[in-house]
Amino acid sequence: MADKNIIDKVWKFFTSVKLAVALFAVIALSSIIGTVVEQNSQPEKNIKLFTKMFGAAYAQTAYKTAASLGLTDMYHSWWFTGILICFAANLTICSIDKLPHIRRIVNEPVKPIETKDFDKYGIKKELAIDGNIETAKPAALEALKKPGMHPIEAAAGSPASKDIQLYAHSGRYSRYAVYVIHFSIIIILIGSVIGVTLGFSGYLTLPEGETSAVAYTQEGAEHSLGFSIRCDNFAVSFYGTSDMPKDYSSWLSVIENGKTVLKKTIGVNYPLKYKGYTFYQSGYGVVPKNNSKSLIILNITPKGGKSEQISLAVGETFKIPGANSSGKVIAFSPALAFDKNDRPYSYTENMNNPAIYVEFTAEDKVRHSGWIAKRYPQTWAMPDGSKVELVHNWGYQYTGLQVRKDPGVWVVYAGCIFITIGLYSAFFLSHKKIWVLLQPEKSKVIIKIAAFTNKNKTGYEGVINSVFNRLTHVTAQGQRR
Amino acid sequence: MSSPILFGIAEVGYFMAMMVYIGYFIFKNEAVGVTATAVASAAFLSQSAALIFRWVESYGMGIGRAPLTNLYESLIFFVWCLMLGYLIIEFKYHNRTFGAFVTPLAGLALGFIDLTGISKEIEPLVPALQSNWLLAHVTMSFIAYAAFGLAFATGMLYLVLSTEKRNESSYIFWTVAGSVFFIVLAAMGADFLTFKAAGTSQQQFIKGYLFKATFRSDSGPTVWLSFAGALAIIIAAWRYGYVLKRMLMTFGLSLEFLEELNYKIIAVGFPIFTLGGLIFGAIWADQAWGVYWSWDPKETWSLISWLVYAFYLHARYLRGWRGNKIAVLSSIGFITVIFTYLGVNIFLSGLHSYGEA
Repeated sequence: MADKNIIDKVWKFFTSVKLAVALFAVIALSSIIGTVVEQNSQPEKNIKLFTKMFGAAYAQTAYKTAASLGLTDMYHSWWFTGILICFAANLTICSIDKLPHIRRIVNEPVKPIETKDFDKYGIKKELAIDGNIETAKPAALEALKKPGMHPIEAAAGSPASKDIQLYAHSGRYSRYAVYVIHFSIIIILIGSVIGVTLGFSGYLTLPEGETSAVAYTQEGAEHSLGFSIRCDNFAVSFYGTSDMPKDYSSWLSVIENGKTVLKKTIGVNYPLKYKGYTFYQSGYGVVPKNNSKSLIILNITPKGGKSEQISLAVGETFKIPGANSSGKVIAFSPALAFDKNDRPYSYTENMNNPAIYVEFTAEDKVRHSGWIAKRYPQTWAMPDGSKVELVHNWGYQYTGLQVRKDPGVWVVYAGCIFITIGLYSAFFLSHKKIWVLLQPEKSKVIIKIAAFTNKNKTGYEGVINSVFNRLTHVTAQGQRR
Repeated sequence: MSSPILFGIAEVGYFMAMMVYIGYFIFKNEAVGVTATAVASAAFLSQSAALIFRWVESYGMGIGRAPLTNLYESLIFFVWCLMLGYLIIEFKYHNRTFGAFVTPLAGLALGFIDLTGISKEIEPLVPALQSNWLLAHVTMSFIAYAAFGLAFATGMLYLVLSTEKRNESSYIFWTVAGSVFFIVLAAMGADFLTFKAAGTSQQQFIKGYLFKATFRSDSGPTVWLSFAGALAIIIAAWRYGYVLKRMLMTFGLSLEFLEELNYKIIAVGFPIFTLGGLIFGAIWADQAWGVYWSWDPKETWSLISWLVYAFYLHARYLRGWRGNKIAVLSSIGFITVIFTYLGVNIFLSGLHSYGEA
């Protein structure tokens, strides 16, 4: 029977509250370390941190020690996972161990109590109302139904007495609420395990116009999606003429077997979902070398004419319809600004204020040249009355997408819903019992009340007081009439 | 009317309310008590109006967002929740005892927010914050923070009233915790007086000025003096802390009432924190960042606070802890909450980014 002994011992170990306390403390304390040591970052950052904490002499040693203990990727280290597994085991076994006891309490029927025991309860009350047992009983029943009780009636006291006892209970299932919370936590942990083992988490950077059938893991390995995704367009919008971004948007197409099956514009907080994969807008940037596909999109409105949209590359020439002049795009700036001497310069590599330098030629002579900037409408007007608006520059930027597949997320959400129900029941519902003894005495009936609740005693006391105090009031008024 | 004026009225109103509440204790006159409640409620309404005006103003600026998105706004909202919680307690328990403690806190906090020079600009939102979850997540988190703050106040009051022996661990706890609070506030006040750091951004203030007048001063003697002064305050609080008890005794607070209130406030704060702070936060993170839990410092510290309060509840239910132990736990809980709210922004980001600047 040595086997059983070991199982018993292990079981007993995991039911101990001391273990729970120890695990709480270990999780909390190690989590603190994890917030101080930067996770999954370049070694230099943490070496700097350790230099500050322990001095330059020990920084390298401290970093090596920390790294070997897994402190630089602590939440994924084997020992932290181990602690979480212990926590889950502790939670499950503690709950299972206590469950039979709670089930007994829940299923225990409420029984009448001895007359002498009425004084022994935490909540007690005694009052006298005018009338006899026939009038007092319905009034007391009515009072009990107010807080949602379904009273049972029994004779009480000696067989000769006309005493009646009413008793009831409610909310007994709320005792399970704590277990609902505990199991929800287990469900959430299971959901996260499903996500980690069966899911995928990676990224994808897509220049405008490009298509990819793979995403990349954090380590840079390819991961086949089973379909292709194309970035049709990317744009950043700003608040007014400030450089504070208002929104990042990517126009994405999902392509399967050569056909476009889905088109969606995504933004931060508005991802694209397809076949279990979710694509989040997480970043953007400038394509290092403007690829051959890069285009400038212009909206040209000749004087008195209809506007027309054209696209061309830097170095190419466009014609203004109806006029005999043409413009040549000489240069491009991603973020045009003018310095104190009115000299143009690009103040950032990002496309904050794209602009083109255009030279207009008519009859083989350069008539006019200047910058046309996306943000400044005043630069769009040409001396000849026509308007050249820089609408967009395409193929200059890439969109940074976070790609994730997490089949466990719905399990996690289900756990969250259960935990909410559990929390509500645990904190706002309680198991209540009440006994009401009616003893006729001359022209009065003495009412003795004993009650019990596992939570919020003062609240229940208040309810009992209010419903039974009204009883004295109502019957007294009835008497006066 | 504009929001700064209304915030000013609220600030002054809370201090006036404090004086009337103290008058109520001295004279025990119901009319004075009603006046105190009225003044506090008026100040609260003024603050509510200020919040609404600020919200409307943001629409006028073409930004249009709830006033809950930066340090300034969140502190103001925290004070608002604190007062709301207090007024609910006052009406529910017909008990004005706390008024004299909570109103000066609210007034001081508003005044302090003014002084620190935290940016009051209505700034547009970065894309990640443009979500309907913002309102639900932030409001509920702050309601929970305020509840934990009130629980902290009741817990500390409990400890002040229940201990007086200098070798008692609970006595040592409250004198030290209380004086550390005072020292931090005083040091920040000194920063303001020295640098007049008004108008700088939150990050600049934190990195450039926080504790620069005292603990992080460039001059060695100032640093030593600051630490010596802090130690002196702690020792003085420990030596003479019982005097506070004598003073508070006259307010007629019962320990049972404080203990029950402490539990009830946590029983409200804990589910709200779990739902609004952790669950809604996770759902939002899932939508915006693509991970419902990424162990970032803010999330981790929320979890730590949650564990402390979960421990509090289990200690109370399973072990039947009452009295000093439970009051200490609720105070520790709020210390972790403060760290979650402010410390993570100030301290951890600071630790990581000094070198890079």
